[in-house]
Amino acid sequence: MGVFDPLLELLRGLGTTFKMALDKPVTYQYPEEKRPVRPRFRGRHVLKRYENGLEKCIGCSLCAAACPADAIFVEASENTDEKRFSPGERYASTYEINMLRCIYCGFCEDACPTEAIVLGDNYELSFYDRRSAIYTKEMLLEPVPSVEMTTPRKVEPGVFTRSVPEMKDPQD
Amino acid sequence: MTQIEEVNYEQYRHLVSERAFTGETMLLNMGPQHPSTHGVLRLLLELDGEVIVNAVPDIGFLHTGVEKNMEAKTYLKAEVMSDRLDYMNNLGNNLAYCMAVEKLVELDVPPRAQALRVILVELQRIASHLVWIGTFGLDLAAMSVFLYAFREREQILDIFELCSGQRMMTTFIRPGGLWRDVPVEFETAVRNFLKIFPKRVDEYEALLTKNPLFLDRLLGIGKLDAATALQHGVTGPMLRASGVKWDLRKARPYMGYEQYDFDIPVRTEGDTYARYLVRVQEFRESMKIIEQALNKLPMGPVRSDNRKFVPPPRSEIGVSMEALIHHFKLWTEGFSAPKGSVYSAVESPRGELGVYLEGDGGPKPHRVHWRTPSFSNLSVVPKLVKGHLVADLVAILASTDIVLGDIDR
Ligand code: SF4
Ligand code: SF4
Repeated sequence: MGVFDPLLELLRGLGTTFKMALDKPVTYQYPEEKRPVRPRFRGRHVLKRYENGLEKCIGCSLCAAACPADAIFVEASENTDEKRFSPGERYASTYEINMLRCIYCGFCEDACPTEAIVLGDNYELSFYDRRSAIYTKEMLLEPVPSVEMTTPRKVEPGVFTRSVPEMKDPQD
Repeated sequence: MTQIEEVNYEQYRHLVSERAFTGETMLLNMGPQHPSTHGVLRLLLELDGEVIVNAVPDIGFLHTGVEKNMEAKTYLKAEVMSDRLDYMNNLGNNLAYCMAVEKLVELDVPPRAQALRVILVELQRIASHLVWIGTFGLDLAAMSVFLYAFREREQILDIFELCSGQRMMTTFIRPGGLWRDVPVEFETAVRNFLKIFPKRVDEYEALLTKNPLFLDRLLGIGKLDAATALQHGVTGPMLRASGVKWDLRKARPYMGYEQYDFDIPVRTEGDTYARYLVRVQEFRESMKIIEQALNKLPMGPVRSDNRKFVPPPRSEIGVSMEALIHHFKLWTEGFSAPKGSVYSAVESPRGELGVYLEGDGGPKPHRVHWRTPSFSNLSVVPKLVKGHLVADLVAILASTDIVLGDIDR
């Protein structure tokens, strides 16, 4: 080993850093530039609706039972054909998720028998106080596809009797 | 008004030498908020000038009660806690836990799921070692390695997000297989990573391996001999740097590790530099495993179809009453495991990570215990640092690669 070897090694290291300095930066200038998320991303929840505007959630509380963090609270009430929220007998009259408890594990999405609760793409959750971390049904529910499809609404009797629909396996 | 308690030196009498009480040596706190303690570890140092006479680790600042918490949840739901122990090895923890559950209830895992598990935990090993090499460099004032290592780690975390939707707390490995099959982009993403990563490792090595300043700080520092290492239950790269060829992937193969051709890097010097060399070599060995597993990835299902333990697929719920009943039963009450206890261990990036699980016939574990490698590896540190300078302590601690979430649980 010559006297200059250590020096050469230092220069070799410096060469690496120099090469990197010419590389394109990989950072995102958040918040101006947002990092795109993958299709399976588990972010803030959304309560889905059917194409006809009815809510998918049937108030079965299975998501609340499956939640490891006990973040969900569901209270169910009866549907009638005069005032219908969702297909089947019952709907969720209260649906709350405490976003400070939630760990975004996606178990609620897995457990839901109607694909009503889905973890969306929004990862920008911040609150000024603990109370506003509780997301209510109004905040979570998707907007209606068109005005006449609001819930609750009057429907033909005897049409929407089936609460658990046929579903496909998730693809993405 | 709260009273500030006066420090009572008497409580340290059994931990430090007599000289600390005559004022000959000095007691100094390092941490718990010190960046080079890699988390919230407090070290009580007894110093003679700059030479360490005694070092006493004080742990527990990150205690989260994970073990107790898991006992209050069903087997299925307890898994989310495992992600949060050693936050550098989330998938490895998932694997250790799922293997224990599978052993307890005698659940089979399809071959495709096994191969995918291997790929994922090896990626996780690389990601964990990347954090290690970054912070190791950072502690020794080589800042740029940190930036480069985190760039590559991001690529791995992106692959995790692709599969599971989450970069870190994936909960992707589930009892009986995986959460879902990997998406189609998975293979290309992993192959891309495998293509560029060897060059990256060369770059890290160009920066560090023969750098004279780096060598000065590491050679002969914190020597650990094999006998002491075994006494303390040291495992992982730290043990292998002390000349003991012990790796659970070879010694007790699981998940089909016996099919893959790879080496266990071993060094005999036992010093901080040897630990560095072993981990860098492990980058290359992990890549070999991933490549082989990817090349012969079998097709087929990724989760067991044993409906007593694994929830049915979505497509069956709407059409089969039986599936709907199973679905409801598993997500509410969960499955019951028989009476009995199992221990299953995996080789985590830090060493032997074991889960002891005791079933009492009900749907919740009666006892969960984690045998975590960081805990045992830290226990040997006081012996290693005696007689070294404070600056060397930083190098030694960094070379043990402890994760405080793993120690305190
Ligand atoms: S994502 Fe997990 S923690 Fe959050 S509400 Fe759903 S089940 Fe609960
Ligand atoms: S979101 Fe799904 S699981 Fe939860 S109450 Fe509604 S239907 Fe049931």
